[in-house]
Amino acid sequence: MTVFLNGQEREAPDGVTVLGLLETMDVRPGRVAVEVNGAVVRRADYPRRGLADRDRVEVVHFVGGG
Amino acid sequence: MKSDTLIIAGRSYSSRLIVGTGKYPNPDIMRRAIEASGAAMVTVAVRRVDLSRRGGDAILDAIDPKTVTLLPNTAGCYNAEDAIRTARLAREAGLSDLIKLEVIGDEKTLFPDTEGLLQATRVLVKEGFVVLPYTNDDLVVARRLRDAGAAAVMPLAAPIGSGLGVQNPATLRLILEEIRDIPVIVDAGVGTASDAAVVMEMGADGVLMNTGIAGASDPVKMARAMRLAIEAGRLAYEAGRIPRKPYATASSPIDGSIRRE
Repeated sequence: MTVFLNGQEREAPDGVTVLGLLETMDVRPGRVAVEVNGAVVRRADYPRRGLADRDRVEVVHFVGGG
Repeated sequence: MKSDTLIIAGRSYSSRLIVGTGKYPNPDIMRRAIEASGAAMVTVAVRRVDLSRRGGDAILDAIDPKTVTLLPNTAGCYNAEDAIRTARLAREAGLSDLIKLEVIGDEKTLFPDTEGLLQATRVLVKEGFVVLPYTNDDLVVARRLRDAGAAAVMPLAAPIGSGLGVQNPATLRLILEEIRDIPVIVDAGVGTASDAAVVMEMGADGVLMNTGIAGASDPVKMARAMRLAIEAGRLAYEAGRIPRKPYATASSPIDGSIRRE
């Protein structure tokens, strides 16, 4: 299936969870926040929140800013 | 209350200076500058993880959230909806309700869109956020933000990153006179130590700055200068300055001076 990860089209295994997707990105789950189709996914839900084809996923973190 | 204690939403912070974490030459200089500034709260931005670069979240490698409070911002948001989304993500990433709310209305000046700002403030306050809105030096808007439940108002001294110092002291003074129940933190436009001292002498509760320190030739030294300026300005405000007078008043006694008879 295809997901839109931070605006980029990506292939992902069918039914992959948020946690599974983060692992493919090499991202530490404790330091990011995730939104799927405009709604925040709580960190505790990463292992069970499954993704569907065409889902829009945002993975953000803190960077330097004023 | 101690001169250098800033209270926001019932929580005490040990410095009236809040500093940004953007635009430093490198993470080590940033870390040393934050330390030299004495700031107890630092701002951070929320951005997409760069998919092409693995690892690389240097901001939390350089800053320990146990020693300074993170204040995430919604910089770069041009409407209330994006700012609200960013705030919700920030809360999830940082596990705190603090948000520096920015809704920008103009790319060239980065002046706030106060209509969007008010709208986003109302929504986020309802969701339990501690909202610190970056606003312009407009008393009516400041009052509305307060009435909407903002935990502080943060009027600009001058455009973000301009280093111009207070451009409209008279209008800023009106906000400082009127808004007494929540902190007024001057955010943006401070270029050097005297700019910071001036707003503190006017009675501001705190100052938030980034470029003024990060962009200096020696950010660590400027951070210390800003710390001292904030402390000096606050002490002068509390001490109560003498009135301005057009003519001299002698400091030494008139009687007893020797003179030609």
